[in-house]
Amino acid sequence: MSRDNILHKVRTALGRSAGQAVADVPPVRLRVPEAAMEDRIALMMARVEALAGKAARVPTMDAAREFVAAAIAGKTAVASNAPYLEECGVAGLPGVRTGIREVGELTAVCAQVDIGITSADYALSDTGTLVMIAGPAESRLVSLLPPAHIAVVPRERILTGLDELFTILPNPAAQTSSMVLITGPSRTADIEQILVRGVHGPGQVTVVIVG
Amino acid sequence: MSVEFDRKIHDTLADANLQLAIYTATGRLKEKRIEVTADNVLPDYQELRTQANALKKHAIDNLDHYLEEFERNVEGYGGKVVYCKDATEVSDFVLDLAKRRGSKLIVKSKSMTTEEVDLNERLEHHGLESVETDLGEYILQLAHEKPYHIVAPALHKTRYDVADIFTKELHVARETVPEKLTLIARGVLREKFLKADIGISGANFLIADSGAVAIIENEGNARLTTSAPKIHIAVAGIEKVIPRARDLAVFLKLLARSATGQLLSVYTSFLAGPRRPGEVDGPEEFYVVLLDNGRTKLLPDRSKRESLYCIRCGACLNACPVYRKIGGHSFPWVYSGPIGAIITPQFMGVSHEPALPFASSLCGACGEVCPVKIDIPKVLLELRSDVKKSEAREGQNRVEKLGFRIFAWVMTHPRVYELAGRMAASMAPAGDGKWIKSVPAPMSVGPLKAWLSERDLPPSPSRSFREMWRHR
Repeated sequence: MSRDNILHKVRTALGRSAGQAVADVPPVRLRVPEAAMEDRIALMMARVEALAGKAARVPTMDAAREFVAAAIAGKTAVASNAPYLEECGVAGLPGVRTGIREVGELTAVCAQVDIGITSADYALSDTGTLVMIAGPAESRLVSLLPPAHIAVVPRERILTGLDELFTILPNPAAQTSSMVLITGPSRTADIEQILVRGVHGPGQVTVVIVG
Repeated sequence: MSVEFDRKIHDTLADANLQLAIYTATGRLKEKRIEVTADNVLPDYQELRTQANALKKHAIDNLDHYLEEFERNVEGYGGKVVYCKDATEVSDFVLDLAKRRGSKLIVKSKSMTTEEVDLNERLEHHGLESVETDLGEYILQLAHEKPYHIVAPALHKTRYDVADIFTKELHVARETVPEKLTLIARGVLREKFLKADIGISGANFLIADSGAVAIIENEGNARLTTSAPKIHIAVAGIEKVIPRARDLAVFLKLLARSATGQLLSVYTSFLAGPRRPGEVDGPEEFYVVLLDNGRTKLLPDRSKRESLYCIRCGACLNACPVYRKIGGHSFPWVYSGPIGAIITPQFMGVSHEPALPFASSLCGACGEVCPVKIDIPKVLLELRSDVKKSEAREGQNRVEKLGFRIFAWVMTHPRVYELAGRMAASMAPAGDGKWIKSVPAPMSVGPLKAWLSERDLPPSPSRSFREMWRHR
């Protein structure tokens, strides 16, 4: 429709010609601070708690399975296809649906269950953030539709922050159509600035750090 | 000043509840921003602002280059870019696509750009159901109102207002507790998300090297809008493009902090194209609508061009003593506050509301809090000059020009100045050392009367400065 017309207007206004080269992009300095793993874990947990999420640390993958089993006792859950959940034995817990690869089925299940269980590709300790990269392992809906979200994350995936994420992953689009950063439970303050959690996404977020 | 602008301002000032609501909400947002940008929390805050400004300047100065790069990359991942010059082209595109796919229901997440082009009204006019899903926007859609604030759209509504709106429009039992009202909206909207064929979102950033859009939100409605339906359309102004994915490290640190005082918003979605082979869910079709709607008119002016750097955080509204009194709906277009005062005249023409650039005390608070360092007070001054030039062309301000010529003459002739001072002093009410609230009838006309209706004069001194100087 208006493509050429708009681009022409832009070029005329800027005094540029089609295909004209551009100067270098201003530098962006990404700083990755030195932070010991124990400090990262402590900060991650503190940030998640500050956002009214829950943070837990378990020593082993078996302990992670026990933790999740206790958390979902008596409730229904869906687990993503993350290999790590399989390895922990979380995906095999009773009452947990997993291995869904068809979108219609996934949507229907996620809309019904109480809890969505995922791993996370990374976590950012200085903001308490989970980084979810959509692919065969993780979907978009498991961490979104159920009212509660549990993420089981091995400690080595905890980064310091955004700068480290974009240092490791300068081009996320090459890898996925969807990278989502999750920082705490879904929330709104649209009525009288009063904080309400769980408006559209999960109102409860639990981060389980393994190791 | 248009009658409407004047009336809306006076209505807002006269409404004590509204005054309290605006003052409290903006005050809270303002304080939270200060906490998370403080030196001990974010030592490189000023450096980040400088970087953000440089990145935006670079992107806007080379806009055609980055738009084309963005377009190539979106298409490389199987998406499509649609350039639209105005509101009609946007709605025509959506209507045509909906017709071809047989879609009837559209879910929308918050987007100021779609407010700009009245997208919901246009779609509903053609028989489509288009539902806002951000809680604040949903309340306003039901109430048939425009956003009051860029990031807190329903800040002027109390829980009782929302209860009335929900009871009337959704036929539900009356609830006044915010948690329960939120649950009602969640229930209604969840159904819509699962049934909708098309999701329309805005975009906070268009990332050229990735062909991706970044969408920032707290509720999860934007994630649902862009994940559940088969088709995702992101609508964004052409100025939203940034060069690289890694530039987000700068902007993300600034945006949530400036907007709501959070370190990061709850959800940041980085979306590049439709679902790929192997991915379990996500839309099958992905479109990015790039909207001009007046933006190219801002580009030729090297100085005012910086108005396009705005990332819509709303910090300037919260900091603005004028916004905090006159509120969002007094402003003549969807964008309010200082940023509204500089972009409205440039998008719509200065004669749209000539008084707008003057509705500012030029205190500079907006420029100080702007995360991308737009010099808003400078642009306001330039726009004031544009308004005066346009009035002069139309011969509208002859009296004003004459007035200023007389003023200039008086000011450059010391004797006349002294005489005029003495005359004014003799005519002014004595006041007996008290503040003067009104002047005698013959003088109480026109601009002076209007001026005094909102202000008091200090007591007139018994001797002028010149007299005191002579007798020192």
